[in-house]
Amino acid sequence: MLAFLLRRTAAMVPTLLVIITLAFFLIRLAPGGPFDLDRPLDSATMANLKRVYGLDRSLPEQYLSYLRALVGGDFGPSLVIRDFSVGEIFARGLPVSIRIGGLALLLALIAGLGLGIAAALRRNRAVDYLVMTVATLGLSVPTFVTAPLFQLFFGLSLAWLPVGGWNDGAWRNTVLPVLTLALPQVAVIARLTRAAMIETLRAHHIRTLRAQGLGTATIVRHALRGALLPVLSYLGPAAAHLLTGSLVVETIFGLPGIGRYFIEGALSRDYTLVMGTVVVIALFVLIFNILVDLAYALLDPRVRHG
Amino acid sequence: MTLFPVEIRLKLRHSPAITPFDRKRDSAVRDPNMSQHRHLAFRLPALVLAALLSSAAFAETVFHRGADGDPASLDPHATSTVTESDILLDLLEGLVTYDAKGNVVPGVAERWTVSPDGLTYVFTLRDNARWSNGEPVKASDFVYSFRRLLNPATGAKYAAMLYTLKNGEKVNKGQAPVDQLGARATGERTLELNLEYAAPYFIAQLAHQTGLPVYPPAVEKHGKDFTRPENWVSNGAFVLQSFQPNDKLVAVRNEAFRDAPNTKIDRLIYYPLEDRSAALRRFQAGEIHYYNDVPADQMKFIRETLKDSFRSAPYLGTYYFTVNTTRAPLTDARIRQALSMVLDREFLAEQIWGGTMIPAYSFIPPGIGNYGAPAEMADKDLSPIEREDKAKALLKAAGYGPGGKPLSIEVRYNTSENHKNTSVALADMWKPLNVQVRLVNSDIKSHYAILRESRDYDIARAGWIADYSDPQNFLFLGQSDNKGLNYAGYSNPEFDELMRKAATTQDLKARADVLKEAETILVRDVPYIPLMFYISKNLVSPKLGGFEDNVLNRHLSRFIAIRP
Repeated sequence: MLAFLLRRTAAMVPTLLVIITLAFFLIRLAPGGPFDLDRPLDSATMANLKRVYGLDRSLPEQYLSYLRALVGGDFGPSLVIRDFSVGEIFARGLPVSIRIGGLALLLALIAGLGLGIAAALRRNRAVDYLVMTVATLGLSVPTFVTAPLFQLFFGLSLAWLPVGGWNDGAWRNTVLPVLTLALPQVAVIARLTRAAMIETLRAHHIRTLRAQGLGTATIVRHALRGALLPVLSYLGPAAAHLLTGSLVVETIFGLPGIGRYFIEGALSRDYTLVMGTVVVIALFVLIFNILVDLAYALLDPRVRHG
Repeated sequence: MTLFPVEIRLKLRHSPAITPFDRKRDSAVRDPNMSQHRHLAFRLPALVLAALLSSAAFAETVFHRGADGDPASLDPHATSTVTESDILLDLLEGLVTYDAKGNVVPGVAERWTVSPDGLTYVFTLRDNARWSNGEPVKASDFVYSFRRLLNPATGAKYAAMLYTLKNGEKVNKGQAPVDQLGARATGERTLELNLEYAAPYFIAQLAHQTGLPVYPPAVEKHGKDFTRPENWVSNGAFVLQSFQPNDKLVAVRNEAFRDAPNTKIDRLIYYPLEDRSAALRRFQAGEIHYYNDVPADQMKFIRETLKDSFRSAPYLGTYYFTVNTTRAPLTDARIRQALSMVLDREFLAEQIWGGTMIPAYSFIPPGIGNYGAPAEMADKDLSPIEREDKAKALLKAAGYGPGGKPLSIEVRYNTSENHKNTSVALADMWKPLNVQVRLVNSDIKSHYAILRESRDYDIARAGWIADYSDPQNFLFLGQSDNKGLNYAGYSNPEFDELMRKAATTQDLKARADVLKEAETILVRDVPYIPLMFYISKNLVSPKLGGFEDNVLNRHLSRFIAIRP
């Protein structure tokens, strides 16, 4: 197990390097630069700015110095958000995104698994249809529609919760963003669980358990082990995605997470910010893939001994 | 062992453009005040208790101010946006500042004198102007700040604003040492500024955020980190307390400010709200007192539900299309005149822009300082049919128009639903003139790069918002030596000569006449087709006092009061 972990961690390094290299050169291909405004800058001013940020050096030089700094844990200064370094932006924003995303993930897991199991056990009955209808809705309505609807309903009409704002992380301000983020995930997890559960319930070992006269609770417990596998493989990328924030949810609810920086950084040609986001997201995806593989090994003896 | 392929999920999500919620549902729409009333009954005991516990001395007035984004920096020399300027004008005060009506008024400078040739300004600083740490604001602080702005090492985006100062451009281009800059402290409270050329708009320029001072010891000690709340020193009405990007910027009243007794707010909180629709909902819920924009697609709903809380006023900005006057056949002024003449500007403002713009018949918006009524186009009052006939005649004389050669032009716009609709409408309005339009669109950075560098276009969308309230700030777009901003490549010696004359005319009335002559030429030659003027679109809570609409849309928080 330890060897596996070490091997996988070591394998992350070349993968990351490829991702960083690709991203570094791709973003420079886009026309315009971080200091282009609607209004032109005087060429002397532009040259001054580029010199201040080292953008006047050759691209390979910039690439090498970026890598060197990165190894030392330095993401460099943001080119557009000038009062902060990229490292600071993440230090401030990532906890917010992780908190909102983590809660959404937890909610999605609990609700999704529960609903999926309930639907599988009462297949083709009212509960099943209800769960699947809700799941289809949750999947097909995008967050940029649900978020404003939640704001209008819970924030304005009922006035139960604030419409937006972070308010230093007050629980009232986290309810709506968490709900918005969790809803599509609940839908996916419920569908996956239901399908896998139905599949497993037909398996021989479950039939044996039934024949032995064991109760539903025991059967569900045994069936769940098998049914969890597809959910797990979905969960890896989904968790990485949720924990690194959402542009839509963070913009609409006004949260200081990092979800918006990937797109914003790309649009404003903030090279260092985009690179930082790429590194962080890539790290999350890689780490969660390893975690999922580990969990697989724990759940499925065939993987463990294979 | 199952190994999953590494899957990178970096997907572009939808932009947060909101499909408006069913607007007919009254329950979703409420006066921001009503929520207070409805819940008062439940909250009353708590309110009484709170009132008993906290004495009046602790009651704090908080202004929740929405802004359309975060400042990219709080270093006045690094900033360029309106949002940044709003925040900085609350934190710092320049030699001159704005009053509640947006007029330029004395700030740190109590008074000043101008030499007869208009080249030397001598400012006397107030003796009660202080930094938030109690130190006096000295003339040398301004010298330090102006040198820092123009020092190439600073990399200030808006340095060109003060090229008006003697040697400003040379210093910024590294051709002269910074101490050659035309700014000298001749006493602790006397500042002498020398200009490169006479500029009657110089005082207005100084009100721009580039004219704000930085506290020299803080910059020396902390470098670029002087903008951190823990290092921040203010000379404006508020002191920075904390700043969390995408969350809020908090400032508290500066007791050392020269006019502190008149500051009515104890705590000022700026919220960056990029999503206009979400900001509108937060305003309706009473979470913010003020916001400086509205979602354009919900204008009708906003006017109907918010009534007086929605405040719009003319704004010093022109929405125009630039014509490439260096490319045949658009070199022919008659063609440009014909194209401009037939446009139905009322339709564009009302139908395409939902009343968020006003029709423009001059290049300079009305209400600008140091000017009178702008020079309007000659055919403004003709009927649409008369204008169409006249345009056809002009085109015919140039060899085009119905019956002649078709005129084929390319119209460029930067990506935006409204710019696209405007361009389509122009193409449609030009159809009767036998004009064939090809629409081309690109993102904003590429768009402006094409306009100013390759100039590879026929007609293209552009806009200009004034940096300072003076007609020169619009007309200079037509000067042949304005390389960066004269997108049209317009060159008319007569116009250039008038601009030169205006720059050296000291008497403001006489200068206004010269500038008006220049605008008349610009409107006649049509290097730019003015279409509409921008208006300010403010959401103002009924609780806010001291808010005055003005053409610069400047609203310093120190004039705002919050009614309980």
